[in-house]
Amino acid sequence: MIERPLTKNIDMTRPPLAIADYESNDGYQSIRNIAKGMSPSDVLQKTKDSGLKGRGGAGFPTGLKWSFVPQGDDTPKQKYFVVNADEMEPGTFKDRLLMEGDPHLLLEGIIIGSFAIQADTAYIFLRGEYKVAEQRLKKAISEAYDKGLLGENILNTGFNLDIIVHTSAGRYICGEETALLNALEGKRANPRSKPPFPQVSGLWGKPTIVNNVETVCNLPGIFTYGIDWYQSLTKGKDHGTKLFGISGKVKNPGCWELPLGITIRELLEEHGGGMQDGLELRGFLPGGGSTDFMLPEHLDLKFDYDDIAQAGSRLATGTMILLDDKTCPVGMIGNLMRFFAHESCGFCTPCRDGLPWVVAIFDEFCKGQGTRKDLEILHEHVEYMGPGRTFCALAPGATAPLGSGLRYFSEDFEKLIKD
Amino acid sequence: MSENLIASTASKARRLTDEEIHEIEHEMELYPDKRAVGLEALKIVQKHQGWVSDESMLAISKFLEIPVSDLESVATFFNLVYRQPVGENVILFCNSVSCWVMGCESMRSHINEELGIDFGQTSEDGKFTFLPVPCLGDCDKAPVMMVGDDLHRNLTQEKINDIILSYKERK
Repeated sequence: MIERPLTKNIDMTRPPLAIADYESNDGYQSIRNIAKGMSPSDVLQKTKDSGLKGRGGAGFPTGLKWSFVPQGDDTPKQKYFVVNADEMEPGTFKDRLLMEGDPHLLLEGIIIGSFAIQADTAYIFLRGEYKVAEQRLKKAISEAYDKGLLGENILNTGFNLDIIVHTSAGRYICGEETALLNALEGKRANPRSKPPFPQVSGLWGKPTIVNNVETVCNLPGIFTYGIDWYQSLTKGKDHGTKLFGISGKVKNPGCWELPLGITIRELLEEHGGGMQDGLELRGFLPGGGSTDFMLPEHLDLKFDYDDIAQAGSRLATGTMILLDDKTCPVGMIGNLMRFFAHESCGFCTPCRDGLPWVVAIFDEFCKGQGTRKDLEILHEHVEYMGPGRTFCALAPGATAPLGSGLRYFSEDFEKLIKD
Repeated sequence: MSENLIASTASKARRLTDEEIHEIEHEMELYPDKRAVGLEALKIVQKHQGWVSDESMLAISKFLEIPVSDLESVATFFNLVYRQPVGENVILFCNSVSCWVMGCESMRSHINEELGIDFGQTSEDGKFTFLPVPCLGDCDKAPVMMVGDDLHRNLTQEKINDIILSYKERK
């Protein structure tokens, strides 16, 4: 049985599989299965039934998202499928692995998703800095065209699809799906007001689905090996495998494909090799820079959507960043605040003005010059920049490590107050 | 603004090279309208010219029929579009959280000492421009940085010395 559907072909010591080798390892089998007679609504239903949830951060059910795309003769014929490959969440390095390691898997998933919503054009919105991924994706796309898996009348289904790689030029906010769409249209990448949601009015006003790379890479397995197989992969409530990563001071930092529902301790100790000698774990961000801190007491929780949420945080990207006992939590959170302040698009006031204010206060704390009033202001900003107060999720994302950090590491802040 | 002033500003546009035009036209086939090609055009021009001058901005604006103010709002938004000259090699130095935990600040000081430049500056010999970049997505190999298109991982002071030397020796 295939246990690592996302990474089974990945070996970073060699180039990715060319299409012939990829196909001989069940590659593009899902497209052949669909071409035997599945309708777009069959594909949509099966994706819903699989229980797949988005792997980009929000964890929204993928099939449900697709179902909001209007279908039928009285809806816009032009629809778009967009892959969010603008990986820039601090501490997140999983989509790079998938695209550099097995680009055909992503293309196969794109064909499935595009067919489900009947999009004849798909864009991969790729980080400009991911030069190796760009080159490997473009090579794989050209191989897929040569084999008739892209282009017109794919495998005699009457379905046409072009995949275009768009390389961006920096800015974290482009990972927000409506900002991404503005960027793709050649506009300044401020987020859009929702509703309308992209599923109804997205790229150039047409119905559009934006899915994360890892989400899309889950699709080929579901349509090759079936739902029973997919649902047998997990060790928890949510289905499938997940790429989990660890960065920070462990013995063996890295990224591994593992069943959802393994314990955090298993990830940290068996895969990460435990903390480096002489260091203790003080806390960790479970899924990138915009998740709440968790503590060593949470290590026996399962790494899935529900358990992490119970501890007040989010699974999000599944890539952990560790805080050890020799690293200053105030400095670490200050670094995150600087990141978010720099990456604010500047459109709404709490984010544009709040984050630099927070950064200025962290600078004072890091010099041991904090004041009680400053500490109050930091606490207030957790509210002022929180969910519902801003135009998009950037500043609320920043309040996750800020609020939880103030709560869990209050002594460290106290120590940096002058006098 | 008078029409004369607009015309005299537009006349400052440089002439795009055949190669630039060819590459921009190729991108135009991939999108349903010209505006969408704005960022691609900026990147193409930067690839050939090293940076995007006012004269280049005006040229792209004219070629794609996009108001130059719209193009500027895109150009100034993105980290990787350079609106002033940069050195032969741009160092994109990751200073996000994982690299910070793994000691990137001391690597930054080391580069600062070796090249005499900090973020936003270009070395006197014009070989290097030093810029921070948001998380480069290679966090298990932190600290990391890019020089030009190449990624360098698990940085140490010795490694940085070797990297700097290898780019200095390149023609």
